[in-house]
Amino acid sequence: MSTSAETESDWVIRGASLTGGDPADITISGGLITAVGPAGTASQGRARVLDATGLIALPGLVDLHTHLREPGREDAETVATGTAAAALGGYTAVHAMANTDPVADTAGVVEQVWRLGQQAGRCDVWPVGAVTTGLGGTALAELGAMADSAARVRLFSDDGQCVADARLMRRALEYVKAFDGVVAQHAQEPRLTEGAQVNEGEISARLGLTGWPAVAEEAIIARDCLLAAHVGSALHVCHVSTAGSVEILRWAKAKGWRVTAEVTPHHLLLTDELATGYDPVFKVNPPLRTAADVAALREGLADGTIDCVATDHAPHPAEAKQTEWGEAAFGMTGLETALRVVQQAMVDTGLLDWAGVADRMSLRPAVIGRLRDRGPGAADTRQGGPVAVGYPANLVLYDPAPGLPVDTGTHASRSRNSPYAGMKLPGQVIATFLRGTPTVLAGRLVR
Amino acid sequence: MNRHLISAADLSLDDAVAILDTAEELARLAERPIPKLPTLRGRTVVNLFYEDSTRTRISFEAAAKRLSADVINFSAKGSSVAKGESLKDTALTLQAMGADAVVIRHGGSGAPYQLTNWIAGSVVNAGDGTHEHPTQALLDAFTMRRRLGRLDGLRVAIVGDILHSRVARSNVWLLHTLGASVVLVAPPTLLPVAVGAWPCSVSYDLSAVLPQCDVVMMLRVQNERMTDAYFPSVREYSRRYGLDDERMGLLPAHAIVMHPGPMNRGVEITADVADSPRSTIVEQVTNGVSVRMAVLYLLLGGTEAR
Repeated sequence: MSTSAETESDWVIRGASLTGGDPADITISGGLITAVGPAGTASQGRARVLDATGLIALPGLVDLHTHLREPGREDAETVATGTAAAALGGYTAVHAMANTDPVADTAGVVEQVWRLGQQAGRCDVWPVGAVTTGLGGTALAELGAMADSAARVRLFSDDGQCVADARLMRRALEYVKAFDGVVAQHAQEPRLTEGAQVNEGEISARLGLTGWPAVAEEAIIARDCLLAAHVGSALHVCHVSTAGSVEILRWAKAKGWRVTAEVTPHHLLLTDELATGYDPVFKVNPPLRTAADVAALREGLADGTIDCVATDHAPHPAEAKQTEWGEAAFGMTGLETALRVVQQAMVDTGLLDWAGVADRMSLRPAVIGRLRDRGPGAADTRQGGPVAVGYPANLVLYDPAPGLPVDTGTHASRSRNSPYAGMKLPGQVIATFLRGTPTVLAGRLVR
Repeated sequence: MNRHLISAADLSLDDAVAILDTAEELARLAERPIPKLPTLRGRTVVNLFYEDSTRTRISFEAAAKRLSADVINFSAKGSSVAKGESLKDTALTLQAMGADAVVIRHGGSGAPYQLTNWIAGSVVNAGDGTHEHPTQALLDAFTMRRRLGRLDGLRVAIVGDILHSRVARSNVWLLHTLGASVVLVAPPTLLPVAVGAWPCSVSYDLSAVLPQCDVVMMLRVQNERMTDAYFPSVREYSRRYGLDDERMGLLPAHAIVMHPGPMNRGVEITADVADSPRSTIVEQVTNGVSVRMAVLYLLLGGTEAR
């Protein structure tokens, strides 16, 4: 952790619109929010002042789905560069997916990732544990050992691979109940998606690329909802991408089952039409879908059927993308653009207000990730807001006004595979605070 | 015309007719004692073949040589490609060597399109994955026009593995542009789920379609499809979707039988049909050279040598 005077100061943030409401002054001391009052009323004392007039204050964002790539693929991303990207995107906590090399399927690996996050210091890093050994889909990993480790794993996922074996999925859902865990499923029926490249439909037919049918996602979601209901366990569905999936989730939630779901920014904005140029920067798993799917996902996020936005930030080195479509890696970076994309897709369209954004990008993911309690160590690792007295000062100050093209040259991620490069998006993250310490000021990383 | 030929869907009616008319003129050249033109003298055409396809490569090579171009054959086997060089690096190498045109055959859909990002010269798609094979569609249209005298209003059945066929895709777009009406005939497993969006009709019953056809084009059934549950057995496929002498009798007297080759005799087409007077299979090969000459001529002929 830095000990510079700048980062140790107490702060008064003046005139920020609290989750889109009236302008307020926010006083930060000792890592906590110590006062929130009408604009112009906070006393400065010896605190540093940040003029936030015109900016929106949101609780620090929480990502349930981040690929930090370390250990194993440090050429694509490291915990240090990935958390820097997270801070620039307004995040104060990320969940690091388990598909590293070695796989995060033991207490040793998850503790390694957790410690790297502690050292990086820009953003809390909560490792996700693999459900099955080596993501192999045949034997349960030591879920309890990971839960009891210093990394306190509560979210388990084979993301990148589907836990396709129904019996194993049932056992995983049951087993994690012992420590309030949740299984996050990458819903992809493997036999229906062998060699799949793009959404199966008009575009795949025209481009001659193997189709990834919506039913391959929906069939697994339906099965897993039924399994979760049967054993009374918590299921989380990763990166929901189809209109049919939204319908199934709506039905499962209406039954009162413990099912939650996330949607990525890119599935809220982009469609499979973008594949027509065969540029693999648009190759992602699950694939970009149709405009009708995008509309259903937005509606599902707005009405709460989909609980939250998760980035599925998936960095890849240039050579993994500058190749034939069929050979190219799946995935897009997303941490540094997520809030801007959500503004464009949800706020500027009138589907969500800023309080809704705070709920879907901070509170809900914190609840699902089990980040609402204080944590065992010295630091108060509660996440998800609210921006209120007594809570940790995890904040993002966001200017919704600019509408500049995305410049990946300014990105802190080690990789450049952003589908938004050159695209005009609204908004800009101005500052991010993690427990009272600024990680981003004036739109740039601190330190 | 565009600088590249990637998809038959990119060709306007005028472009397509210009290629066919030019091919017709160039075909007459083949009847001369020395069937060679100086048009592309000093130009370099690279045949970049990532898949083995002797017939298509030879056809392009003959076409380029009859136009006096220098031809470089670059096959993936034994080259830096086999050692793992990326498509981009290969493209940059060809660009540095001054290729005026690159004719590319590749197993991955879209590879020719991507090549246009890295190469200043013209790119001609000689077949990419399960996407397109536009010069095959052009030579098919050329053959139909020669045999039947027109394309507008022709009724063409394309039969077989539509899902994985680059020939079918290119033919659907081109024949639609040229005013023909296409019916695709296949078991439902071998049709794209979104085939309804294509400018053609669909049937599962070959015998019912044949009496209304001017042209029936049989597609090859790839070996790997035969064991992947697209249909129960090769015998059943042949019975339902193969063209034998008896079925051929359902065609109108003037109708022709086409096949892009190579054929699986006894699977999608019987030997007596393939060798019958209705069959244009050998003519298609001959016409392929004229059509590819026309494409190279029109893409390169109008510009200065580099």
